[in-house]
Amino acid sequence: MNFSLTKEQEMVRTLLKEFGEKVVKPLAAEIDAAERFPRETVEKMARYDMMGIPFPKKYGGAGGDNLTYAIAVEELSKVCGTTGVILSAHTSLGAHPIYQYGTEAQKMKYLVPLAKGEKLGAFGLTEPNAGTDSSAQQTVAILDGDNYILDGSKVFITNGGEADIYVILAMTNKSKGNKGISAFIVEKDFKGFSIGKKEEKLGIRGSSTTELIFENCMVPKENLLGEVGKGFGIAMQTLDGGRIGIAAQALGIAEGALDECVKYMKERKQFGKPLSSFQGLQWMVADMATRIEAARFLVYNAADKKDQKLPFSTEAAMAKLYAAETAMEVTTKAVQIFGGYGYTRDYPVERMMRDAKITEIYEGTSQVQKMVIAAKVLK
Amino acid sequence: MGVKILLEKCKGCKLCIKSCPFNAIEMKDGKAVLNDNCTGCGACETSCKFKAIEVEKVEKAVKDLSAYRGVWVFAEQRNGKLMGTAFELIGEGRKLADKLGVELSALLLGSEVASLADELVHHGADRVILAEHPELKLYTTDGYTKVITELVNSRKPEIILIGATNIGRDLGPRVAARLDTGLTADCTKLEIDDEQKILLQTRPAFGGNIMATIITPKHRPQMATVRPGVMKKLAVDSNRKGIVEKVEVTLEKKDIRTIVKEVVKSAKQTVNLIDADIIVSGGRGLGGPEGFKLIEKLAGELGGVVGSSRAAVDSGWISQDHQVGQTGKTVRPKIYVACGISGAIQHLAGMQSSDCIIAVNKNPDAPIFDVADYGIVGDLYKVIPMMVEEVRKVREA
Amino acid sequence: MKIIVCIKQVPDTNEVKLDPKTGTLIRDGVPSIINHDDMNALEEALELKDRYGDVEITVLTMGPPQADVALREALAMGADRAILVSDRAFAGADTWATSNTLTAAINKIGDFDIIFCGRQAIDGDTAQVGPQIAEKLDLPQITYVQKMDISADVGTVQRALEDGYEIIEVKMPCVLTAIKELNTPRYASVKGIFDAYREKTVENWTAKDIEINPEIIGLNGSPTNVRKTFTPEPKGKGTLLTGCDRDTVCDLFGRLKEKHII
Repeated sequence: MNFSLTKEQEMVRTLLKEFGEKVVKPLAAEIDAAERFPRETVEKMARYDMMGIPFPKKYGGAGGDNLTYAIAVEELSKVCGTTGVILSAHTSLGAHPIYQYGTEAQKMKYLVPLAKGEKLGAFGLTEPNAGTDSSAQQTVAILDGDNYILDGSKVFITNGGEADIYVILAMTNKSKGNKGISAFIVEKDFKGFSIGKKEEKLGIRGSSTTELIFENCMVPKENLLGEVGKGFGIAMQTLDGGRIGIAAQALGIAEGALDECVKYMKERKQFGKPLSSFQGLQWMVADMATRIEAARFLVYNAADKKDQKLPFSTEAAMAKLYAAETAMEVTTKAVQIFGGYGYTRDYPVERMMRDAKITEIYEGTSQVQKMVIAAKVLK
Repeated sequence: MGVKILLEKCKGCKLCIKSCPFNAIEMKDGKAVLNDNCTGCGACETSCKFKAIEVEKVEKAVKDLSAYRGVWVFAEQRNGKLMGTAFELIGEGRKLADKLGVELSALLLGSEVASLADELVHHGADRVILAEHPELKLYTTDGYTKVITELVNSRKPEIILIGATNIGRDLGPRVAARLDTGLTADCTKLEIDDEQKILLQTRPAFGGNIMATIITPKHRPQMATVRPGVMKKLAVDSNRKGIVEKVEVTLEKKDIRTIVKEVVKSAKQTVNLIDADIIVSGGRGLGGPEGFKLIEKLAGELGGVVGSSRAAVDSGWISQDHQVGQTGKTVRPKIYVACGISGAIQHLAGMQSSDCIIAVNKNPDAPIFDVADYGIVGDLYKVIPMMVEEVRKVREA
Repeated sequence: MKIIVCIKQVPDTNEVKLDPKTGTLIRDGVPSIINHDDMNALEEALELKDRYGDVEITVLTMGPPQADVALREALAMGADRAILVSDRAFAGADTWATSNTLTAAINKIGDFDIIFCGRQAIDGDTAQVGPQIAEKLDLPQITYVQKMDISADVGTVQRALEDGYEIIEVKMPCVLTAIKELNTPRYASVKGIFDAYREKTVENWTAKDIEINPEIIGLNGSPTNVRKTFTPEPKGKGTLLTGCDRDTVCDLFGRLKEKHII
């Protein structure tokens, strides 16, 4: 059992840490306050091959692996939860299904620019009436000559409005239930596709979360992703991988919060002593650090299993469940440790706490993760 | 060739660990043990009170060094004006020459610079070696190195000091390499060892975190560059007499492989931190570039110059020529006011020899207060305006 | 065009702290980085490569085996070839001995138009190795390079002075040393990092490989020796004035006047 990273992975971590500190961190508070999508950061990330880490070089990727990608999301999320999810949604949800299920032509046309970061990706499954119950799809796709016509709407789509390429799930055959859902690659400029409401959120406020509206949207039939009726399986598989990304984001947010605590506890004095000398707080920190360590192993294990092409679905669910709960707990404790100052915007922990909450909800709520895990264990 | 620790003599006192510049000694079962970092430098040998460390030294053929006598100082001039470092070096060289009982000579290179020679004598030189040639008007590596090394080979000084200016740091290593001798850079202290009569060259390393004393035992001349603003120049004595010796210079255009096309003075206001008597510096605590307006105000009232920590420069709040510190300028003004500067060791390295340090910082534990002569813990945006007023009052009084 | 960039792996001296109990440097956990000025030299070479295409960049370092990581980072940024000159015999070298070693390695590499170094390393802070390599190779040198252009085999270089700069023309081959004003170094790219470890190699040369006289390398070959190291004296305790209001400021100026400081 080898728990160490390769030299390449260590160097990528160092790169992302430096990039995070110098490029991402200075913007974190501002993009949160202004709810601004950090387009300039995404362009810089593209320049350094960060937008296609787990994809082969022949598809424009960096030729890396899922563990390295998870580390990248982790390091970015330490300083900015928003930037972490932009990368995660783009890579795992937008680009990965095309890599996994696309034809060679589709990969060359869509995966290459996504992996190079020339285009941004997104994934549309959730609908107003289909959240946890994702199979209750109401968006339809009807084949008409050379095109599928899509009608319906998606909601809560990360990178919505900013992305160029969207993987959209729609019903091609209502009577078949789950087996009547298909996946499509939709470009932002397709006729009949528009962006609806942009959500105002509690956290990850720099991330663009929007409604997608399809009204007689014409999608060329070559853009069917995978086979007809296999869309639900594609969606579930995609979310499995996406969970690793979100687990890494949650892990990063927790680590970032703990780092801020450690720094503050050494500086801040009360009763003539630094906060770090009070046992009550020391014990809190011990709990936080231990949970983070456990979360880290779960995340890396899931990514590693995926890299080894072993089943990883349960491991990813465990990682996401545990890391998200850890992020929520650690960031809440962090605000507590900072006290009044932690409740203000002068310090980043209140933002980290707001960012942490969504990790327990999207890409499968913690309850969904428990369903997945229990199903496997009780099989 | 190597270092050996005699375990039977080792008492485990750990003094050697402190003395090792390479972290090469560790404790194992109460005794000192060498690890892979050991370079065999032998610095530990003298530190051991129990003679438990032996350094095998390889006997090399020793050059005859007794022929080398005299202290030389490179008197840098630009555009027909002597740089401050020339006088500082003479001040320091005088001390060394007196201790050794030898002559102090100033090396003056240039074109039509003979009139500068007297200034050098008045500042303490016994002799000025004047090398004039049209090709020496502007500094070039090739021109100056050729002339200086030829003079050194014929006259054999035992010590040469060069100011660590942009030019000095270009010239010094080239000359040292051509003469196959040692050069110690950026010395902050120079002394003569009582017994061996060799030059002890002390300088900062590791970003100023440690000081090292370097020697050049078997090569001559012993060369050192000295930071401008560190050594003190002597008082001018216009009655002082000395020898101005004009020497033959053989130099041709083809000896010089670079062509200086243009010399441009910076468009920005020159910040002469080195010569300033009073410096007011701003750091990260200013919070932004606007803070420097306040710093300028106080500097203006005090008749001083604006300085900066590296943090403020790196944040783009002020240009690098204001930077004081290990990678900026070393200053020793009469008064140094540090505003919103925490006092990281790299900054201290550049200003801690100031005669009087006044610090204003929100954080009572800021390390700057450890070196400050006077400290005020408070918001600089409240304190500095009050200081500006006080200075005005004092001036008008 | 062939460019050799000399780099040094150094501890990040911003992170180096003193152990207050032993007075020695705490080097554990201090990250190793490519020296800042060397990064500027490497970046300039990479920009020339971006601009002209037909540029081969060889990165060279003298160091312990762990300097491999620094070379990999340079390869990840885009260098073509990396050479680690490493041998116990080189340990303890001062700048004269170091430049002898690097010169021998450069002679073995053979062909080049420019040798690019950083002005100085943040651990030694001497700025000597670049010029000393130039001397031993008998090449023209320009230090403190803050801007440069290449045309045919002539370099037009802007060389920084304290109060301005000079424009200097030099014919290649030549030695240049870079300062931070020259450019903003790029990061390595993720793809570059994987390629550096999987597609590219680091050549390892020992003292024997570069055929160098053992008497002019390492500690033995160094004209300067470290006699001792010590931590700088902390100044005596100053006075922390109480408060931060008008009275405090008056108190301060009172004391300064008393001591004839102002």
